[in-house]
Amino acid sequence: MQTMKLKLKIWRQSGPNDKGRLETYPVEANEHMSFLEMLDVLNESLINERKTPVAFEHDCREGICGTCNMVINGQPHGPMGGTTTCQLHMRHFKDGDTIVIEPFRARAFPVIRDLVVDREAFERIIQAGGYVSVNTGQAQDANAIPIEKDVASHAFDAAACIGCGACVAACPNASAMLFVSAKVSHLALLPQGKVEAKKRVQAMVKQMDLEGFGMCSNVTACEAECPKEISVDNIARMNREYLSSVIGSEVQV
Amino acid sequence: MTLDGKIPAGPLTEKWTQYKSSMPIVAPNNKRNIEIIVVGTGLAGAAAAASLGELGYAVKCFTFHDSPRRAHSIAAQGGINAAKNYRNDGDSTWRLFYDTIKGGDYRAREANVYRLAEVSAAIIDQAVAQGVPFAREYGGLLENRSFGGVQVSRTFYARGQTGQQLLIGAYQSLSRQIALGSVEMYNRHEMLDVVLVDGKARGIIARNLVTGKLERFGAHAVVLATGGYGNVFYLSTNAMNCNVTAAWRAVRRGAYMGNPCFTQIHPTCIPQYGEYQSKLTLMSESLRNDGRVWVPKKKEDAQAIREGKKKATDIAEGDRDYFLERRYPAFGNLVPRDVASRAAKVACDEGLGVVPTGLGVFLDFASAIERYGKSKANSIGEHHADKARIVELGEKVVEEKYGNLFEMYEKITGENPYKMPMKIYPAVHYTMGGLWVDYNLQTNVPGLFAAGECNFSDHGANRLGASALMQGLADGYFVLPYTIGTYLANDIRTPKFDTNREEFAATEKEVRERLDSFLGVQGTQSVESFHRRLGKIMWDYCGMSRTAEGLAKARTMIRELREAFYKDVFVPGSASEFNPELEKAHRVADFLEMGELMIVDALERNESCGGHFREEYQTPEGEADRDDDNYAYVAAWEYKGWGEDPTLHKEPLIFNDVHPSKRSYK
Repeated sequence: MQTMKLKLKIWRQSGPNDKGRLETYPVEANEHMSFLEMLDVLNESLINERKTPVAFEHDCREGICGTCNMVINGQPHGPMGGTTTCQLHMRHFKDGDTIVIEPFRARAFPVIRDLVVDREAFERIIQAGGYVSVNTGQAQDANAIPIEKDVASHAFDAAACIGCGACVAACPNASAMLFVSAKVSHLALLPQGKVEAKKRVQAMVKQMDLEGFGMCSNVTACEAECPKEISVDNIARMNREYLSSVIGSEVQV
Repeated sequence: MTLDGKIPAGPLTEKWTQYKSSMPIVAPNNKRNIEIIVVGTGLAGAAAAASLGELGYAVKCFTFHDSPRRAHSIAAQGGINAAKNYRNDGDSTWRLFYDTIKGGDYRAREANVYRLAEVSAAIIDQAVAQGVPFAREYGGLLENRSFGGVQVSRTFYARGQTGQQLLIGAYQSLSRQIALGSVEMYNRHEMLDVVLVDGKARGIIARNLVTGKLERFGAHAVVLATGGYGNVFYLSTNAMNCNVTAAWRAVRRGAYMGNPCFTQIHPTCIPQYGEYQSKLTLMSESLRNDGRVWVPKKKEDAQAIREGKKKATDIAEGDRDYFLERRYPAFGNLVPRDVASRAAKVACDEGLGVVPTGLGVFLDFASAIERYGKSKANSIGEHHADKARIVELGEKVVEEKYGNLFEMYEKITGENPYKMPMKIYPAVHYTMGGLWVDYNLQTNVPGLFAAGECNFSDHGANRLGASALMQGLADGYFVLPYTIGTYLANDIRTPKFDTNREEFAATEKEVRERLDSFLGVQGTQSVESFHRRLGKIMWDYCGMSRTAEGLAKARTMIRELREAFYKDVFVPGSASEFNPELEKAHRVADFLEMGELMIVDALERNESCGGHFREEYQTPEGEADRDDDNYAYVAAWEYKGWGEDPTLHKEPLIFNDVHPSKRSYK
């Protein structure tokens, strides 16, 4: 088993009003560890030295809950494509490496502590219209409306978004277009979601703007860093949906 | 106190329908004035909060996550069962009911399980209406697959991310109710106690995890949908933050814990690699549709593999033991989880394990790749395709079915499962036990309800694959919104609760003192180190197989560990700030109590059934030896105070419609 000595430079910030700074910590890891397990080792040693452990968010450690979020050497979720921080393993690093770890940075994601940020803005965007208005018990038989396999599959691809916010952190403008467009696409593609599509896209875009996310300037860093490889085609689809809903439509939000 | 399951009268197949038509309900104008607290936002919690909001109740919903969408239901991979019979393969409500009650080794209530099977079809309808992108066939209709312990195809799925898609569906419905103002959502709030007023659950104390402030919330009823307690084992497939605190605090306030020793050990997880390891990762049971489980027949081969001198592919076909196919020809690789797990343990105990720790078996897709490859080659007219071409085509088919699972395996292990068989070993996955509830999903504490994995109700001693999602959503969408009305209909004259009442102040004070006590120890050992030791005790003595002797020993060990915790734990920081170590300390403290109760329950149940395997009680072939004469009951445990023995209450299980038979998958 390969042991490696690493130097970590981690963003420490005690609260939203603290200025924050990078602090350096040595840590010993091995190639089988996940990135978060390596941080567990660091925290265990900080606790043993009666120091404050590094606050970071994590939960499922299977790459699906979207809780973990950190910028590793300048890249949200680190160097591996299509991988969340929790699924990143130390075998992709080398003995002697220096690793810089920072929070997802965006005006709309204020820092709570260290690497933990507040992503409530995403909640309010979904609440603005990211759903189908169907009450429990109203549904017809599940097979009543056949849906083309490819269409269902595209809807799934968009629905695979885990809401982690890497797209925002990757974007030089801190735009949330990939996140919002994934939800707009997921629902607009399906017959069940079409009914409200016009109202939905307008309401979600409006909320996105209110939250202080930046504009999209087609950098496509969001797609490159997305751990679920959500395509920027969704942004194109959302733009079409948005334009056609605003121009020549009765629906205005 | 007598334990009344409140099972409605009438024939099994009519109970729910008749009950629904005659149960007391709350009129719409009264619903607005009735407050309900829902704790937890997984499938059960999010579905319940959304549905109750739609009905017009004033709902307050709580999660310790930053968003309701993070709940651990999201990680469920394989699928959700429903008795739709879309495949025309003879499925029915009755068959789903029968499979589930048999799969649970006849340790669940008939009426509850039948109701679960009955509402299952509506869940699929609801999910599709919400925009859940289930797998489809070329004709545009829904696709199905098989899961363990059944002989029909009734599992609906969305690639390997069924839980994620179903939770997002429920989360979106919940978000809609939040926007409409019928649900007040409290993210980053952890429930640390339930408040009783005149013996009824009337509120909770929650800690705002960002500020550290304790906050009081009042309501007419409290619903706990806070998941299972598998993390008592430290290493499990549960998410890191899954915990028993909400349920355990309810137990400390008088709620009974039902069948706590019934734990599900899932057969197909990535084996443990090192001491630093924080959790185990599940590989969906759906893989057993196509994967064949085996170990080498010869110990020398197994040893050579462990030492890296041989590879799986070096072992000739005749030198492999496909032990599930050999021992259980009728169900083969698709035997239920408890059976598959134990068989893997037996093979490894015999020295046939294939990973360095000795605890691992192969899950091999080579046959499936070849079978699918041939079929695909034929379907595209390549009748003389060579072996390489067949493998190429077959791998593509397998990728379509399980691509994301294979990718996840490769990310974690660094090995390519298309070329080399996966290595797997059982790991703690789910807890069938939970808060005791009656047919209305109400605990023995009036006004306190429990839904989803948090309750004990539907899975008996073993849960079948793809049934957790079914139960969570059944409880949340289609059971609780009705049954809670039977309690609330008598409460329409009760005004909203003033949280300045003495009961709220007293409970808040207790919580504060508890948090201060963890911080006050200022010892030398981390919370994590205690959790790790607790997990090892539980796994060694209360895991896949248990003995009276081992359990008794483990009970002493846990008590000692608990004592050490309160003497020497070190929790940094303060209670008035964002402090993940303090959160963890509270959870581990509660696990240290829950673990002991599990052991007490396992020790009391002198039989083997489902996931509870007592070595003393097995058939000559090594199968579980159930004792219906003495143990056909739900064990509901009452907390009696610190260091005291809990009191056992029995709810007899009466089977009128199925005859508990010896559970055979041979």
